[in-house]
Amino acid sequence: MKKSEVPQDSGRIVQKGSREMYYAVDEDGEYTTALSTGWEAKNIVQDHTMEVLQAEIDQAKVAVKEGKRSPIYYYMLLTRMDVVVLAGYTGFWQWRIKRHFKPEVFSRLSDSRLQKYADAFDITIAELKNFKGD
Amino acid sequence: MQLDFTHHQSAHCESGVASNLLKDKGLNLSEPMVFGLGAGIFYVYLPFLKVSNAPGLSYRPMPGWIFSRMARRLGVKIKRRKFANPAKAQQQLDENLKLNIPSGLQVGVYHLPYFPDDYRFHFNAHNLVIYGKEGNEYLVSDPTMEGVHRLTEKELERVRFAKGVLAPKGHLYYPTYVPAESDIDWTQAIRKSIRKACNDMLAPVPIVGVKGMRTVAKAIAKWPGKVGIPKANYYLAQMVRMQEEIGTGGGGFRYIYSAFLQEAGHKINNPALLELSKEMTEIGDLWRDFAVNASRVYKKRSNQGDVYNTLSAELLHLADLEEAFFKKLKKAV
Repeated sequence: MKKSEVPQDSGRIVQKGSREMYYAVDEDGEYTTALSTGWEAKNIVQDHTMEVLQAEIDQAKVAVKEGKRSPIYYYMLLTRMDVVVLAGYTGFWQWRIKRHFKPEVFSRLSDSRLQKYADAFDITIAELKNFKGD
Repeated sequence: MQLDFTHHQSAHCESGVASNLLKDKGLNLSEPMVFGLGAGIFYVYLPFLKVSNAPGLSYRPMPGWIFSRMARRLGVKIKRRKFANPAKAQQQLDENLKLNIPSGLQVGVYHLPYFPDDYRFHFNAHNLVIYGKEGNEYLVSDPTMEGVHRLTEKELERVRFAKGVLAPKGHLYYPTYVPAESDIDWTQAIRKSIRKACNDMLAPVPIVGVKGMRTVAKAIAKWPGKVGIPKANYYLAQMVRMQEEIGTGGGGFRYIYSAFLQEAGHKINNPALLELSKEMTEIGDLWRDFAVNASRVYKKRSNQGDVYNTLSAELLHLADLEEAFFKKLKKAV
């Protein structure tokens, strides 16, 4: 890529006040560096990924509302975790976390267990308990 | 307290941190040199390992390998420590700063407050340097950022003890011995690291190097039929993200490697490397074309099966070009 071709398509990183560095060649064919504000191809796949994740979060919300899933499932998706990551943060086995996705199991969880989830999601126990999918 | 450390921006976090730490110790080694001497160019496909719910794909070796391999080539010694106890991890970092040692850290990116939301995933192999502390705030040189940042003790602990795949466990590292530039046998170091990269890319393993690329190319063509169009589109998006975003992956890495070949060619006076640098730059351009064509999937609604076949053929073509390239490169040193 030539230095003059380094894309300036206003991506996500520039919104936080930074640009990305690229290695590109100058007119004499020598490698140099150039800063980029973003690249459209990347913006498109990022937008698509964000849409897919948001759709999953919305579905989880409905599932909580309909009493099919516990709030733990919703918050796990909201914080972009999966069962492996959540197991890391809470210290629970993965199969136990999957059980805690069931509303009837969730309603019997002790406060000390709920606290571990609340810490992982960076919320309070009350927020976790009172989430009804609204 | 602020150490006398200069923040240089880089294209990739690990080679950037390594380059910055070595420059700080008086060895002026550019990011492309670190990347090339660490044989940073790689390709591995791990279909059984799901990353962000899509088949795992990596364009780089395991975190830490680039720095370690480069250190071995040049005779740099690195001290590495991991911690079970966050308080101890902080204590060690504070002691390092008192001893005037800027320290490299492996961190998770999800809780980094200065990262844009779209980049915040539970990806745990990011690298940055701490070069000072004021009150309860650490001074952070994140080489993928234009400027420097600050993190509170609590924020830093959070990212150092992020959980999930490749959890950093407080991983802290710094060079303890750096040779003088004149003491290094550059011809030998460059030759060995290039051969290492060629052997990796030409490895006779179906999920590694150019063979891995071919396996992925064949898989892509089958995705729409096998998992359905929406999921195939999601897989493809993750593939392009891995390629062009997480550590600059495919296209970006080809350019860093080209820059290395050019610098190495000048350094050891090998004109063949200069020519090969040009060739790798052109391959990098084709990787970027691949990303552009992949991103078109999300705009067009018709003929999506065809798009996947075209992408598959494009990736097979890239594999052919790279196979020929690495064979030539191996002979050039």
